[in-house]
Amino acid sequence: MAFRNYILVCGGTACESIKSEQIYQNLITACKEHGIADEVQIVKTGCFGFCEQGPIVKVLPEDAFYVKVKPEDAADIIAEHVVKGRQVERLLYDKKSSTRHARVEDIQFYQKQFRIVLRNCGFIDPESIDEYIAREGYQALERALFEMTSEEIIEELRNSGLRGRGGAGFPTWMKWNFTRQAKNDIKYVVCNADEGDPGAYMDRSTLEGDPHSVLEAMTICGKTIGAHKGYIYIRAEYPLAINRLEIAMKQAREYGLLGTDILGSGFDFDIEIRLGAGAFVCGEETALLQSIEGKRGMPQPRPPFPAIKGLWGKPTVINNVETWANIPVIISRGASWFSKIGTSDSKGTKVFALTGKIRNSGLVEVPMGTTLRDIIFDIGGGIAGNKKFKAVQTGGPSGGVLTEEYLDTPIDFGSLVKAGSMMGSGGMIVMDEDDCIVDVAKFYLDFSVDESCGKCAPCRIGGKSLARILEKITKGNGTLQDITTMEAIGEAMKKGSLCALGQTTPNPILSTLDHFRDEYLAHIVDKKCPAGKCKDLISYWILEDKCTGCTVCGRKCPVGAITGARKEVHVIDQNACTQCGVCYEVCRFDAIEIR
Amino acid sequence: MAKMTLEELRSLRNRVQGDLQKRDIEGKDSRIIIGMGTCGIAAGAKETLDAFLTALDEHKISSTSVTQSGCMGLCYVEPTVEVIVPDMPTVIYGKVDAKTAKKIVEEHLIARRLVTDHIFDRPAADIIKKDGGK
Repeated sequence: MAFRNYILVCGGTACESIKSEQIYQNLITACKEHGIADEVQIVKTGCFGFCEQGPIVKVLPEDAFYVKVKPEDAADIIAEHVVKGRQVERLLYDKKSSTRHARVEDIQFYQKQFRIVLRNCGFIDPESIDEYIAREGYQALERALFEMTSEEIIEELRNSGLRGRGGAGFPTWMKWNFTRQAKNDIKYVVCNADEGDPGAYMDRSTLEGDPHSVLEAMTICGKTIGAHKGYIYIRAEYPLAINRLEIAMKQAREYGLLGTDILGSGFDFDIEIRLGAGAFVCGEETALLQSIEGKRGMPQPRPPFPAIKGLWGKPTVINNVETWANIPVIISRGASWFSKIGTSDSKGTKVFALTGKIRNSGLVEVPMGTTLRDIIFDIGGGIAGNKKFKAVQTGGPSGGVLTEEYLDTPIDFGSLVKAGSMMGSGGMIVMDEDDCIVDVAKFYLDFSVDESCGKCAPCRIGGKSLARILEKITKGNGTLQDITTMEAIGEAMKKGSLCALGQTTPNPILSTLDHFRDEYLAHIVDKKCPAGKCKDLISYWILEDKCTGCTVCGRKCPVGAITGARKEVHVIDQNACTQCGVCYEVCRFDAIEIR
Repeated sequence: MAKMTLEELRSLRNRVQGDLQKRDIEGKDSRIIIGMGTCGIAAGAKETLDAFLTALDEHKISSTSVTQSGCMGLCYVEPTVEVIVPDMPTVIYGKVDAKTAKKIVEEHLIARRLVTDHIFDRPAADIIKKDGGK
């Protein structure tokens, strides 16, 4: 027998620390007192991602969302809501007090995320075209083929305010319009699925969860600009995404949604997949087009832009996966619906891959204008292990770090650039007090240096030089002159590099120098790594008063650098120690210190 | 199916919309939907899927379908599973390993009790209207 009511009590770490356990117990007691213990099931759940309003209690099936619940409120929830059927008004989440941007009336108000791009991910079976069609799928294509002219589609896109989600934020309608106006018999539509930023997987998840939305959008673009052929450039490391795209394309062809005479409209369009070998630079549009043509993936000078002279010299629209996934919704819902979401500078939503030292890592889609604090401390549940927030890295190897002072900045394309970072494709890596900022800058720099195609000197030589200097600093051999030199090289790379890869390679260094100059100085002047990460600048010591002589560290040390008899204070041989940190991790008595 | 015309696409949409809606109409079959993106699979979603199939088999439950979906975005609690049972709230379970899968079948499907400590919230409300925006 099913229960009449289900009461969900948030048992996330944040809510638990503010007495959700007591609330849970009180709810059970109250149910017993009213004699309804067998009519109501009370369960503890995982984190609701709404921690700032915790503890949270949700009552089903009414879907009442109670916030900031105290243990003594449990009696009221049972007596009023469950027994008398009257929701406890004073505990209900008040949507007026919400600071969220762009509420849309028909959306439940308490959820922080707003999913346009990921609308179908996790809802539909990605291998079933019928499930996509059931959820408004190919409705936009109907409109584009039978109800709208090319001009109207471009106008709709223009009014929607959609900007490219690949990183640069170029207005999508302008790209489409340039290509539409270009005079040529052959034009192409390209999807950039060469997602390469470390820690970013938005595009992969979109293609794996909802491949038809990209196919539909590309077909709409083909009709708008007069192209009959599309290419999806995707890295071979994404086998599941490729497989689902292939299934989706096959189904679409069978249904007459791809191929000749689509839906009897007389319009022909088909799509092919091109696999990339995983070179980061091939995410740059001109290098990507070279790679599709079978050449070595190297950027070309712009102009001419691909919109005028792209694939095989023909006018080409190239958009990123996330941009494509927005298009069907804009066409079927209309620009006025879409442009209500977001800020004046940036419309719609942005998907972020939230990773790093965060409790609830995952894919997050929020309206533009949501603050970093909302994303990290509410949706993300805050920093793992109750450590202190240090910074968040956005924009991948091309971006920068943002510190605590930017937590309340509404995120959009403009505000992130102003704060010294960038939107990028949506990687968001959270760092805590244990992360060394010089080490982080070095990680991103090494990545960009590895991925440089080597064509232009500023990127090839500048990147290597920066890497050499950073290496020197982390080894404790840095000088103050190094900072000036890095800044000079960085500025030159920004101005002189051929493509965005080289132009942005110095960003992680320049941005961390801005916000964490002290930490660089600690490495250079004091020869210390404050976070205890740079191995050449730290040493491990055993504290005599805390060591119990349990022998665990000695047994675990991979190089046998720790000696000491049972129940006697142990000693680390500093010459033999490789600073691997194993002793620090295994010691149960906090007897190991980093100096 | 052969190539469709506009009218055929529209009638297909009407029909399948009904099918998808059965998810929350009383008396219809129950559904178990497993998040099978790369992330879910890496976290063990295939073992979870096998465990569900075995458990349903053991208890001779044939009215429940098991299907896959993409990533829901709850990476920190993968594998994730959506369970839709008539007369019960639709819930998302996280951290569903083989043992929890068995428990979900026995508790949620058979005893009709939610499984404690594994429920998570769908991260966002659905923007797709049930009537297809009509």
